[in-house]
This record gives sequence, structure tokens and C-alpha cells, in this order.
Amino acid sequence: MTYTTHSEKETEDLGARFAASLPAGAVAALYGDLGCGKTAFVRGMARGMGLDAAVTSPTFTIVNEYDGPRPLFHFDMYRLSSADELFDIGWEDYLARGGVCAVEWSENVPGAFEGDEIAVRFEKTGDNDRKITIEGGPLC
Amino acid sequence: MKILAFESSCDETAAAVVQDGRHVLADEIFSQVALHEMYGGVVPEIAARSHLEVISLLADRALQKAGISRGDIDAVACTYAPGLIGAVLVGVNFAKSAALALGVPLIPVHHIRGHIAANYLAFPELEPPFLCLAISGGNTMLVDVRSYTDMRVLGRTRDDAAGECFDKSARVMGLGYPGGKPIDDLSKKGDDRAYDLPRPAVNDGNPYDMSFSGLKTAVVNIVHHAEQTGEPLDKPGLAASLCRTVSESLVSRTMAAAEALGYAHVAVAGGVAANSRIRADFESACKAAGKTLYVPPLRLCGDNGAMIGAQAYYEYQAGHTAGSDLNAYATMEL
Ligand SMILES: Nc1ncnc2c1ncn2[C@@H]1O[C@H](COP(=O)(O)OP(=O)(O)OP(=O)(O)O)[C@@H](O)[C@H]1O
Ligand SMILES: [Mg+2]
Repeated sequence: MTYTTHSEKETEDLGARFAASLPAGAVAALYGDLGCGKTAFVRGMARGMGLDAAVTSPTFTIVNEYDGPRPLFHFDMYRLSSADELFDIGWEDYLARGGVCAVEWSENVPGAFEGDEIAVRFEKTGDNDRKITIEGGPLC
Repeated sequence: MKILAFESSCDETAAAVVQDGRHVLADEIFSQVALHEMYGGVVPEIAARSHLEVISLLADRALQKAGISRGDIDAVACTYAPGLIGAVLVGVNFAKSAALALGVPLIPVHHIRGHIAANYLAFPELEPPFLCLAISGGNTMLVDVRSYTDMRVLGRTRDDAAGECFDKSARVMGLGYPGGKPIDDLSKKGDDRAYDLPRPAVNDGNPYDMSFSGLKTAVVNIVHHAEQTGEPLDKPGLAASLCRTVSESLVSRTMAAAEALGYAHVAVAGGVAANSRIRADFESACKAAGKTLYVPPLRLCGDNGAMIGAQAYYEYQAGHTAGSDLNAYATMEL
């Protein structure tokens, strides 16, 4: 499904609707350039999952954890250059923990996914417009 | 009290010997920035491995520089959070073994507390309470330093860190990584009013919170627009405008908080404190408000072991030591 948003808030709201019905263990692979709204979308996901979390960019820490009944693991592969490095950030361990994983800059780690991930592609179509394509997963 | 301290949370591996929280006897740093320039970012795997390779060499060299032997060490300290988990673990595990082998206390230190404590090394007269703005690649927070170990975060970034905004802007402008220094250098040749960038305002809730993702996105849009239309991009002007906008956002909130809390002392810490525009703006703002400004010298602004040794002394005084079950954490409240 393709969605168009016209503000950061609309992107957050889409993320909230998207995550509300995601099963535990779901992996959302986010693709898109700098400033396309991936972090904004994940902020919405946290809200949609009922987590009281101040979601900030995980670029530096690589992964931020938000605890709850259904936890959210927010990854950012921006600073990784290959899937080999997944080992060092404990990727497999996180997958095994049964939370929801949202992965910014998934293009940097093509080897991370096994085909059951939900791809979310972000495209900037104007200063405040984003085209967001969600491949698979629940309708939102 | 002589503390052997380790820092390994990101790009740098460092070992230092600090006496009584204030005197640096040795401060050894191994930087991986050269490695990272090839990749355009931090490479965690390489980071963790090379931390492991150099940490024991650095420890020996620090003792040698300090002119002391292992038996003279009274405690061992390390950064235990936050950072790249694999990298932080290297320092934590090495410090654990060292403390165990030497039979001395182990002191875990929060990385950002260490940055704040860099000020104690540079300014012997500075004592809490004071206000501190901690700005780095991963953090942007305004901290009420009530005592050496009692701190309250007044405000923080809602999205990107200030340093992240500089790094990502530098990347789209083709300036390399890390981006802080090249942007700073380039900005000196530019007109700081060349571009009207959005003031990162946060309109709801906490007046001390900040936002930098809008600024990052504006820079990306300007660069892409120039590429698409073929119009020339005034890179020095863009760099200067970016520095001005980031600086205005940081300085205005910090000064407002200092005023509200009635603090006469304002400190800045972390790698982004090296930015010359931010330094200059803080200097004039503090002068105008009759406040004293503390900004550590460049070497102490970046990650280093001495700052960890400084904070460790005060953590020890407060009874904050750890056992050999100490863990490393990627994220941790101040
Ligand atoms: N329709 C929109 N949806 C989302 N963000 C928008 C929209 N319009 C404008 N923006 C702005 O774009 C920016 C998106 O930033 P954000 O940090 O979320 O992007 P990102 O994709 O995570 O970037 P990065 O690659 O640096 O991680 C915000 O500043 C936001 O205000
Ligand atoms: Mg992001």
C-alpha cells in the first residue's frame, strides 16, 4: 500500500496505525534517504504500541530499546557498512527476544532479513510531502 | 587517590591516570577516526576489535607517562554507558580484570557525566552547582549539576543530536566524517546569513527541549535543490548559516535555564563544544549576562580517559562502586 503524508504529524500517525496491530516479533525494514521521516514514523510506532517513549534518533547508539509488554527495538544501520557487523550489535539476540524491530537504513544491511520482514519505503516528494510504501503487513 | 580510567564508548580508546579528580597524570588516546574516514561512519566491528587491541598498550603507556607502577593505583574506572555496546564492553571487561588483579575498587562512570567532569580538570575553581550543556554526536542535553553526582536533565533533543546534525549535513555537503571540524572550518569563510534555515523550535511542552532534525532536513533539501536545478551551492555560506542556527538554539535555551535557576556558572561539554561559533556565542552571551563561562580546551572536549577519571573520583566519594558483575549498557539515564 502507498500512503502520502503532508506533515511530520501525519507520518507519525501512519506509524501509529501501522504498529497498533503488528504481531510481536515483526520486523519493519525502513528504507529512504536522510530526512525522509523514518525516525518520525518510528516515534508514531511507539505511540501506536502504547509505549510511553521519547523516541530520538538512534544513529549514534545504533539501537534504542523501548520497554513494554510488547517492546520496540529501534535500530539505525546508518553507520554500519555491511551485514557482517550485525553480529557486534547483537542483532540475532534482539530478533530472538520477540519484540517489534524497526530498522532505519536497512539498505546498509541487506543480509539481515530473511524475507518475512515488512519493507517500508520513504520518498520525499516535496519539502513536506512523503510517499510511504508499505509492502506487506496489516492495512493502516 | 590515583585512578586508572578507561573510555571506549565510540571512536576513541583511552586510558588515563587522574589524581583526586582534578590532576591529570597521564591521558593516552588512540583515535579510530582515520579508519572511519574510509567508511564514512563509525564501524562497530572495527571499533570493538581495535579497542581490544590497543587498550592494554594504552594502560601500560598511561602508567609509564604518569611515572607510577601498578601498585600505586588506588582504583580503576571505566565508562559503562551509553555507547556502542561492543565497544563499551571492551573497556568494562578490561577495567574489571584490572581492578580484580590489583585488588582495588571498580568505579563505573556514565559517559556524559564524564564529559561534564572534563570541566573539573580544566577549571580547578569550578564546583557544583552549575548548569551544563552537554553536546556531542549522540547527545544533546541541558543538565542541572546540583552536586558532583546529583544531576537533573532539564531538556534534551526530541530527535537528532546537535553533533548528528553537523555530521549528516557534512555528509550531504560532501565534507566527510566526522563532519564537525570541516563544517566549522568552512563556516569561517562564509556569510552566516546566506541561508535562512528553520529555527529548531519545540512549541509544546518543555521549553528547554531542542530539535535538530528539521535543520538537517532543510540542509538536505537545499543541497538536493541545488543539484537538481544546477544553481550554485554556497557551501561556506550554508556551513556558516548552519553553525549560527545551531548555536542560537543552544545558547538561547542554556542562558534561559541559567537565568531561571539563578546560576552564575555555565559550562559546556562534549565534542560539539569544540565548534568555534558556539564557543564565541556563549562567550558573548555570558559576558552580557554577567555569568562565568567554562568550556574545556579542545582536547578535553572530545572523548578521553581523563574525564572518566575525574568523575570517577566523585562517584567513589559518593560510594558508587561496582563488583565484577558490572555490565555495559547502550542507553542509560544520566
Ligand atoms: N510528511 C512528512 N513526514 C515526515 N517528516 C516530515 C514531513 N514533512 C516534513 N518533515 C520533516 O522531515 C524531517 C524528518 O526527519 P527524520 O529524522 O524523521 O528523518 P529520517 O528519515 O529518520 O532521517 P535519517 O536518515 O537522518 O535518520 C523532520 O524534520 C520533519 O519535520
Ligand atoms: Mg532517523
